[in-house]
Amino acid sequence: MNATGSAGGATRHDPRGPTGPLAGAWQRHRQDLPLISAAQKRQLRVLVVGSGLAGASAAASLAEQGYMVSLVTYHDSPRRAHSVAAQGGINAAKNYANDGDSVTRLFRDTVKGGDFRAREAGCFRLAELSTAIIDQCVAQGVPFAREYGGTLANRSFGGTLVSRTFYARGQTGQQLLYGAVQALLRQVEAGRIDLLPRRDLVELVLVDGVARGVVCRHLVSGELETYTANAVVLASGGYANVYFLSTNAVKSNVSALWRAYRKGADFANPCFTQIHPTCIPSGDAYQSKLTLMSESLRNDGRVWLPALPADGREPQAIPEHERDYFLERQYPTYGNMVPRDLASRRSREQCLAGHGVGPGGRSVYLDLAEAIARDGKAAIEARYGNLLEMYERITGQDPLVTPLRIYPAPHYTMGGLWVDYHLMSTVPGLFVLGEANFSEHGANRLGASALMQGLADGYFIAPATITAWLAGQPQPEVGPDHPACRQARAEAEARIAALLAPRGAPRTPRPVAGWHRQLGQLMIDACGISRHGPRLERAIAEVEDLRQAFAEEGGVADLGACHESAAPGAGRGINAELEKALRLQDYFGLADLMLRDALARQESCGAHFRQEYQSAAGEAQRDDVRFGHIAAWQWRPQGAPQRQVEPLQFNEITPSQRDYR
Amino acid sequence: MSPTLSLTLRIWRQQQPGAPGRFETHQLEQVSADLSLLEALDWLNERLIAAGERPVTFEHDCREGICGSCGFLVNGQAHGPQAATSVCQLYLRRFRDGEVLVLEPWRARAFPLLQDLSVDRSALDRVWAAGGYCSVNTGQAPEANALLVGREQAASAFDTATCIGCGACVASCRNASASLFVAAKLAHLGQLPQGQSERQRRALAMTERMAAEGFGSCSNQLECEAVCPKQISADWISWMNRELRR
Repeated sequence: MNATGSAGGATRHDPRGPTGPLAGAWQRHRQDLPLISAAQKRQLRVLVVGSGLAGASAAASLAEQGYMVSLVTYHDSPRRAHSVAAQGGINAAKNYANDGDSVTRLFRDTVKGGDFRAREAGCFRLAELSTAIIDQCVAQGVPFAREYGGTLANRSFGGTLVSRTFYARGQTGQQLLYGAVQALLRQVEAGRIDLLPRRDLVELVLVDGVARGVVCRHLVSGELETYTANAVVLASGGYANVYFLSTNAVKSNVSALWRAYRKGADFANPCFTQIHPTCIPSGDAYQSKLTLMSESLRNDGRVWLPALPADGREPQAIPEHERDYFLERQYPTYGNMVPRDLASRRSREQCLAGHGVGPGGRSVYLDLAEAIARDGKAAIEARYGNLLEMYERITGQDPLVTPLRIYPAPHYTMGGLWVDYHLMSTVPGLFVLGEANFSEHGANRLGASALMQGLADGYFIAPATITAWLAGQPQPEVGPDHPACRQARAEAEARIAALLAPRGAPRTPRPVAGWHRQLGQLMIDACGISRHGPRLERAIAEVEDLRQAFAEEGGVADLGACHESAAPGAGRGINAELEKALRLQDYFGLADLMLRDALARQESCGAHFRQEYQSAAGEAQRDDVRFGHIAAWQWRPQGAPQRQVEPLQFNEITPSQRDYR
Repeated sequence: MSPTLSLTLRIWRQQQPGAPGRFETHQLEQVSADLSLLEALDWLNERLIAAGERPVTFEHDCREGICGSCGFLVNGQAHGPQAATSVCQLYLRRFRDGEVLVLEPWRARAFPLLQDLSVDRSALDRVWAAGGYCSVNTGQAPEANALLVGREQAASAFDTATCIGCGACVASCRNASASLFVAAKLAHLGQLPQGQSERQRRALAMTERMAAEGFGSCSNQLECEAVCPKQISADWISWMNRELRR
């Protein structure tokens, strides 16, 4: 494989960025986009997949403009999308704290935080739109935290030097999502949005190369349904569940993205995955997910491990001089407050060296004892009450008495479908929003920036650019009986039938979760916090073996056969195993692509750490000459996927190396 | 090694609406006390699948108590015996070795059963859609700090806005009333200046829709408050009743 790939993507991966100075570029660009009359908008339908921050805000805003909208979600209610679980907050360059913040500073922090692997123009637009997002959410009635005088409160987050994070206790994502969902439901009530819950996307429909619809499986009836539209929006979230255990909701999946990838939407930087350092570690083999403990605990907690390897003593029995506060030792300046990627990597190193504690030696202590001695138990309880309660509920241990045990866990995926400045993928008419696209976070996302990006995409960017796309586009009539729809539906039907059909000799059915767990183990080991060329190469072969084994031995029972109300046909009725199997098939493909991407990127940057590319002090070594680009992978029906690059230029900020020592 | 325990699960099994249902008994032998009750159901389902039987259907997703997907009765209590906890956050160490747990779906006319422990709660969304919002289009918002909201007032609005829409309040009410759900939404927006212009219309529209969807009237038993995973106070139902007479 050519390490840097072919640079032949000049036209395929044209970012269509704005011209002129970055400041005000989006406004200028927007002024020149074509418009559509209100009467004409009523004749056009946009189909949105996903009801999280990006999907709900886009659907509502498009319907407000007059479009007809269909919204597909696998949940029973749009309110349940995983944005609901975001804890910390949302950034905006309001400078309410009067501490010198500005759009330019937020822009710089985002580009640097992403380790110079995102586009300047996109990051600047995001910083500019951040303030309007807060205005919009407040107008909707989002109950942000307030000061006594009634103004909005801010806090600092993730090592930035300014206070620009708006929050609603530890439930900011929930409150922002309910704001967007309320706007969405208002349009449902007005008859402009068709809400299509309990449906999984199983195929994308292209007509003459343009995205025109989707095929869904209804999760109760099991029927396949085809929905057509004039443009399709994917806002289906990230893919951290490829690791099986992650902080994502257990049904979050990559299938919408993967189906689009196989129809020509290129996948950018799939190996950029964020592993969050402070999560409750895994214990029992049947543990179904990992729970995040907000990063804010590192403000008062000291991370340590026994200095002696395989020290079996209880933490209280280990005297001070036999404890290794390894982050404070390795990073005297930042100490426990180093960025997420460093904290994760160092914790893992110590555990691999045999110092780890808890089941399998896979966790580190986060100790509040010193803060309790300094500020008192009551103060610490007041500061972190909810979190400590949650920890105790899950682990059965009181963190005010025993140090918390934490370990890094997959949390967010910066990679996603490649999009241009208009958020359009390499499939014309297919727009990708929020975590599902690869855009502004580069190789590492900053805390409190995911909510900002999802809402910028949904409220402000996509409604403008989708109009621009539809304005210039002939719209041939496409209904569910169009040959392209029938073909997509037949493909989905065949895939489902193959999973249900008994293959080979009679076998003991093996639960799909078992296969997924195995894939997850492999991926976290080879393509998690730390990556190494030979291991990645081996893992590609191992994933392929596992995929083949699943194709031969895996399968699910057809429960629909006994479901009286369902029409005859394969996979009818409720079948959670079939849902899992369809998702797992797509994870196999994604895992292969992530490994290839990690192998090809012969540098360390942001969350992507290659052991071969580090300084003598063990710090990440970026290679801007060979890898100062976005890698976009194109699916090919035969042979390996093709890696193409979109070069990155930095005119406003000079790339620098991070140093937290 | 974490402690283990054995439990007997009596689970409601029903193939589809209208079909006869029955309790099915399953033994969990020596499972880790560190599993959540939903993970114990995963454990059971993997064994049912391996034996060629139909797994138990139940709703779930985030498994950290915020999405509101999960919910069923555990020994007659919505979300089980632990206060302020949705069933995904209920861990087996809460139970005694050898205990019998009876698991049943939410029972309410407005929540038709789908299968086993899963019911259709879309009626709650239709009630919400009747008026549970501020009618403001994208792009119309004034500068955020132009509107001052007192710290206590904002905190109180937040408390009512934390409702996760799980339906436990309905399931625990002998009248299957959605009063706490509706009151929480009305109080969230009704306490904020942004929600004032539509305040009365919203209260009427949402309570009318609640009745139309088949939810009953408040039973005044306050079971809803006792089972609410977000501990929303039933005082807000009184607040809602005053709201309707404004």
